[in-house]
Amino acid sequence: MKEIVVNGKTRTVADDATIAGLLEELELRPEMIVVERNREIVPRERYASVTLEEGDTLELVHFVGGG
Amino acid sequence: MTDTNAPKASDRTPAGVPVPDAPSTDTPLEMGGHSFSSRLILGTGKYADNETMLRALRASGTEMVTVAVRRVDLDRTTEEGILHHLDPEEFFLLANTAGCYTADEAIRYARLARAAGFNEWIKLEVIGDRRTLLPDVHATLEAAKVLVGEGFKVMAYTNDDLITALRLEDAGCVSVMPLASPIGSGLGLVNPYYIREIKDRLEVPVIVDAGVGTASDACSTMEQGVDGLLMNTAVAVADDPVAMATAMRLATRAGRLAWLAGRMPKREIAVPSSPERGMLG
Repeated sequence: MKEIVVNGKTRTVADDATIAGLLEELELRPEMIVVERNREIVPRERYASVTLEEGDTLELVHFVGGG
Repeated sequence: MTDTNAPKASDRTPAGVPVPDAPSTDTPLEMGGHSFSSRLILGTGKYADNETMLRALRASGTEMVTVAVRRVDLDRTTEEGILHHLDPEEFFLLANTAGCYTADEAIRYARLARAAGFNEWIKLEVIGDRRTLLPDVHATLEAAKVLVGEGFKVMAYTNDDLITALRLEDAGCVSVMPLASPIGSGLGLVNPYYIREIKDRLEVPVIVDAGVGTASDACSTMEQGVDGLLMNTAVAVADDPVAMATAMRLATRAGRLAWLAGRMPKREIAVPSSPERGMLG
């Protein structure tokens, strides 16, 4: 198991966990989400191929109402 | 005695038949290679519910709406993403960098917004002060240069300072957006002179962003000759947002037409409208 930080909260994921797998676990639709991993944006087409590493910091963002 | 058979005004001009508008010489708002027939841009924040927001957006006639970039709430205790309610095919999405206090932070938010995959437009705002939410114009200019260099179409929120507006235009912003008054204040247009001066001196569209409180503010701001308005709170927190959105649509249009029509000069003495000749002896 690996420990990562997702949106400011520590989370444990499986050793072979990918971004796509994490989004599925969180019930988030990939097309609605932008993922930043260690301050770098991950292109959507790479969600399935990026394996999460110990200590990764992820930001999962989306659009909300705003002016 | 009343003659009930006499024609009433309502018989001569049946209610519900719209009076046609005068032929308009207005042109679409051309900005960043896009053409917009509505000169009103609306925010999507602060609405009581998403259905009211959608009805208000439609009533306003807007084609472009702003959205904010935020963390997904993994506990799902607050609202879900706005794209569950808003169709990007129906409204052109303009993501903002609201809430950012440094150039780096605003650049980070802009990149995240673009990665959402809709367009390369960004409403750049870098705030400099929590009480007034006035912009940090130095940080705004710094961020604008970087983002334009990265291919963003930047609409820059700024104060009503001409020099900053000119610098933002030089930096390559597709629109410069001076405030009417502070964000969410509803104080209306506090400095028409500076807004007119900015409009007169810039080539890119000038959209007044922030401070409009009610329809007369929208109208009087458009009467200064600016290219458009961006507002959120005035519509979202009105008792009836859909009615206010309608009022804003009409007021924006009215102000635009009044400016195109060319107002009469102001005089400090009265001039009669009726002939002075032909009075009875």
